[in-house]
Amino acid sequence: MPQSNIMPGFRPAIGLTLVYLAFIVLIPLSAMLLKSMQLNLDEYWAILTNHRVQASFRVSFVSALIAAAVAALFGFIIAWSLVRYTFPGKRLFDALIDLPFALPTAVAGIVLATIYEPQGWIGKLLIDNFGIQVAYKPLGIVVALIFIGLPFVVRTIEPVLQELDTAIEEAAASLGATRLQAFIKVILPNILPATITGFALAFARGVGEYGSVIFIAGNMPYISEIVPLLIITKLEQYEYAGATAIGMTMLILSFLLLLLINGLQWWVRHRTGQL
Amino acid sequence: MSITVSHINKHFGAFTALDNISLEIPEGELVALLGPSGCGKTTLLRIIAGLEQADDGDVFLKGDKVTDQPVKNRHIGFVFQHYALFRHMTVFDNVAFGLRVKPRKERPSEAEIVKKVHALLELVQLDWLHDRFPDQLSGGQRQRIALARALAVEPSVLLLDEPFGALDASVRKDLRHWIRNLHHELNVTSIFVTHDQEEAMEVASQVVVLNHGRIEQQGSPSDIYDHPANAFVSRFIGQTNIFDLDEHDTDWLQTAGLLTPNQEGKIAHVRPHDIVIEKAKPENNSPATLKDWQHLGGLIRLELVKNDANGSAAPVIAEMPNDQFNQLKLNRGDKVDLRIRQAHWFH
Repeated sequence: MPQSNIMPGFRPAIGLTLVYLAFIVLIPLSAMLLKSMQLNLDEYWAILTNHRVQASFRVSFVSALIAAAVAALFGFIIAWSLVRYTFPGKRLFDALIDLPFALPTAVAGIVLATIYEPQGWIGKLLIDNFGIQVAYKPLGIVVALIFIGLPFVVRTIEPVLQELDTAIEEAAASLGATRLQAFIKVILPNILPATITGFALAFARGVGEYGSVIFIAGNMPYISEIVPLLIITKLEQYEYAGATAIGMTMLILSFLLLLLINGLQWWVRHRTGQL
Repeated sequence: MSITVSHINKHFGAFTALDNISLEIPEGELVALLGPSGCGKTTLLRIIAGLEQADDGDVFLKGDKVTDQPVKNRHIGFVFQHYALFRHMTVFDNVAFGLRVKPRKERPSEAEIVKKVHALLELVQLDWLHDRFPDQLSGGQRQRIALARALAVEPSVLLLDEPFGALDASVRKDLRHWIRNLHHELNVTSIFVTHDQEEAMEVASQVVVLNHGRIEQQGSPSDIYDHPANAFVSRFIGQTNIFDLDEHDTDWLQTAGLLTPNQEGKIAHVRPHDIVIEKAKPENNSPATLKDWQHLGGLIRLELVKNDANGSAAPVIAEMPNDQFNQLKLNRGDKVDLRIRQAHWFH
């Protein structure tokens, strides 16, 4: 076959990619699939329809979705402030955003739990004034996941916002648009795809998050028990097949959700002429 | 007066961008703000538009003081150097933007918007691209869409910031011509910023020459070319030979027989086409040698070296029509006589 590709190194590059994917992603995942296939369909179904399992799926996905949505909103505002305004301590603030990436998640969980528990700094404030308890409730999971998800959103929106030509806002103003109209009709559509990407990353991270959540969640079965914890519990009871069945289901669900978000992303880009 | 600017000052830190600028532009003119980069021309345009605030001074549009009005209330059309089209909108939606953001009371119906946008797109001859996105257009097409978008709100003045700056040479030539015709058709008072003197002379009905934040001269292109107010304008507009009588050129000019009793200054600026070249007569002490020449279409540009000139070695540039040059039958290294028809004198 004649080689017509102008980019050199196609074979080594694609070879390396496949080997990497196989060792890091595909082989471990197939191992999980094989393990879960030790169960027959009835057993598999029995595990999944277990009320405690179903409740934990609900807790995991609902709190990850809420947290990703909140992180997307506030991440947008933070990215906006970092790009558009100058204020003292901006660089320090900018560096702080990445901290959740580097911090061991367990440390984050313990710190959040200490602060938000009913006797903690913020927790006491909230419970005294509004009667809201954060730690050891599903709300605590959401708080932890926002903390974890925020940098994903900020770091995906920031470069796009930086690249956005400020002349388009001036153009909108010269055509008679108010600031709000310019924001909604001109800036937002340009930032939306990046925001959706940030949301998807925060969500994906949130669904799988374990370390920070278990310290603040209270881990009450049916109420604030997340799927990863349930898997660990099963493992500790030597129910390997059960654990892999739950893991497999979670994998499929996450994959479908990410596919949906990607579809949404594609639709937005297509509608706004970015494809 | 359609646009009046009075006593505008603008500083960026210690840098003076505009120094007490006053300017009056009559209705219907197409004005070029011309100057080297950093002369403050874009800043002045942005202050007229309201995209930038002057430190002091006032801007009047159609007699109304708009100094404190934000850009959206000034009723101007602004065309940006890099088009600033909305990438996420089709060409149609870009042009319709100014109509759709109007307050509900003033907003035309959707049917009227459709009609108007198509009329504008036809005016810029790009209606067939109405459903494309800006990224799918060429530079010249984008600039014309940006113009249609600015015209959609029927601005009282049209302001263009280096409208041809980002285009390649041939597109730029077409677009210049096209803009001039469009201006004849619409007769909207327009100001465009440029650093290209040829462009200013070709397109504008009035040229304002700026340098270091000051207006050096304002007038019609022929005014500015034929009667430059000062040495800067003379140097900046078109090509010119500079002879400094205080320096080493006096001797040479004397030998060349160029010094006339009616000199009006110390420095003479001579346009290349005001230098007449003749084949040297053997009895004369010829003042120059032909070093090289270039074809510029209908004209030949001759590069002459001053004979026996001490000091400044800058060549003398002369221009003459092709056929005239052919009749002279000159070769490189030939000695020539020259005569200066006309000079602008400065002190």
